[in-house]
Amino acid sequence: MTKNINLTLKVWRQKNSSAAGNFERLEAKDISTDMSFLEMLDIINEKLTLEGKEPIAFDHDCREGICGQCGSVINGRPHGPEKGTTLCQLHMRHFADGDELVIEPFRARAFKVVKDLAVDRSPLDQLIQAGGYISANTGAAPDANALPISKETAEMAFDAAACIGCGACIAACPNASAMLFIGAKVSHLNLLPQGKSEADKRTLGMVRKMDTLGFGNCTNERECEAECPKEISITNIARLNRGFIKASLFSSEK
Amino acid sequence: MNWFVATFGSSIGKKLLMAVTGLCFIGFLTGHLAGNLTIYAGGDAFNSYAEHLHALEPFLTVVEIALLSLAIIHIVTGLWLFWQNLKARPNRYAVNKWAGGRTIGSATMPYTGVLILAFVIFHLLNFSFVDKTNTTIWQIVSTAFANPLYVLLYIAAIVVVAFHVRHGLWSLFQTLGANHPKYMPFIFKASIVVSLIFGIGFGLLPLYVSLFA
Ligand code: SF4
Ligand code: FES
Repeated sequence: MTKNINLTLKVWRQKNSSAAGNFERLEAKDISTDMSFLEMLDIINEKLTLEGKEPIAFDHDCREGICGQCGSVINGRPHGPEKGTTLCQLHMRHFADGDELVIEPFRARAFKVVKDLAVDRSPLDQLIQAGGYISANTGAAPDANALPISKETAEMAFDAAACIGCGACIAACPNASAMLFIGAKVSHLNLLPQGKSEADKRTLGMVRKMDTLGFGNCTNERECEAECPKEISITNIARLNRGFIKASLFSSEK
Repeated sequence: MNWFVATFGSSIGKKLLMAVTGLCFIGFLTGHLAGNLTIYAGGDAFNSYAEHLHALEPFLTVVEIALLSLAIIHIVTGLWLFWQNLKARPNRYAVNKWAGGRTIGSATMPYTGVLILAFVIFHLLNFSFVDKTNTTIWQIVSTAFANPLYVLLYIAAIVVVAFHVRHGLWSLFQTLGANHPKYMPFIFKASIVVSLIFGIGFGLLPLYVSLFA
């Protein structure tokens, strides 16, 4: 049932990465509960623009929960309070008339605020690069099922591959650790025959890169798993840990 | 040597050190609790347990040195991890909310850890590094717990230990890579049970000694 609600927003405003930021109080009036959270921000921004003020900068792209671009922290919850939902897929019906929402950017030493709610998540790209390549033959597409992969393995790899690289796990982690993200990437690639040959190198490469980028250390708080919009499981972190032990102590990889 | 430093200096490597040393301490606590249960059999039983234990020299000294080394690794690595984790988020959130992953135990690990260290030092000064020439361990223990302040302090310390174990036990299995839907729910519950056993097992002792000794 559509209705309209009024909200008070406290939005983090920061001119650029070196400026000190602060919260700005904004009234969101007459917001349809059918809107998504980002549409609500669009309305606010239109109003700000018409008033000659600076609109709120925030990241977004697909708006259908698949690209991993959106994401802010709403009342202490990355991507808002709904489980398994990206911010762009979060609808205003989950809020009540009169709610006060504190909207902050993802915070971590490795993630610099570019402006307002927009953060630089390129360290995640660097992690992917540190994971290296996979080995696949070029030429015509191989026959389906020419490479036997058990259903269980395919499912596990696919579940890990559902990670959209949004960085909410890092934002949610009390230690700003990137273990769920690299756990997902390592599981996705190392489980499959195409990525297996480079498994040890990939695992060590990603873990070491993560350490140099200033992410924190995992203390198994499980907040990442609880906040991940794709509900990536921490069993992927356990697989990463196993892979790290194997690569470090039982392989010739240095 | 290089791979060694790269391995155990990395984030996962340091956690592996925490996991393995932590597991040893859980083993130690189990032994310690089993020994302490002789208190329920009375002062003589407890004294004879202590005597038998000390008859194990020089093996006992080896164990003590091992425990000290494990403690140094656990403490230094833990503080290092804690420091790095503080640095990993220099700008804190204005609003912090738990999404259901954290527990009181997990959120307080570094603090309970430091409290346990303080308690262990206090405990050793009380019962270990004391002149035992004209007295027995039972006498020392029962005199100490005649003071209600000691009883309270020990019970409080044991509660802190229980919270530390509650997160530490399941968490060490996760760190060692042993997390599977088949058995993780069991490990998770077992951590709660073990922390309760330690909590109740050790926690009731000071009370028992003060009331019935
Ligand atoms: S693991 Fe989840 S929270 Fe982390 S980047 Fe991937 S999709 Fe986002
Ligand atoms: S905008 Fe693409 S996932 Fe939200």
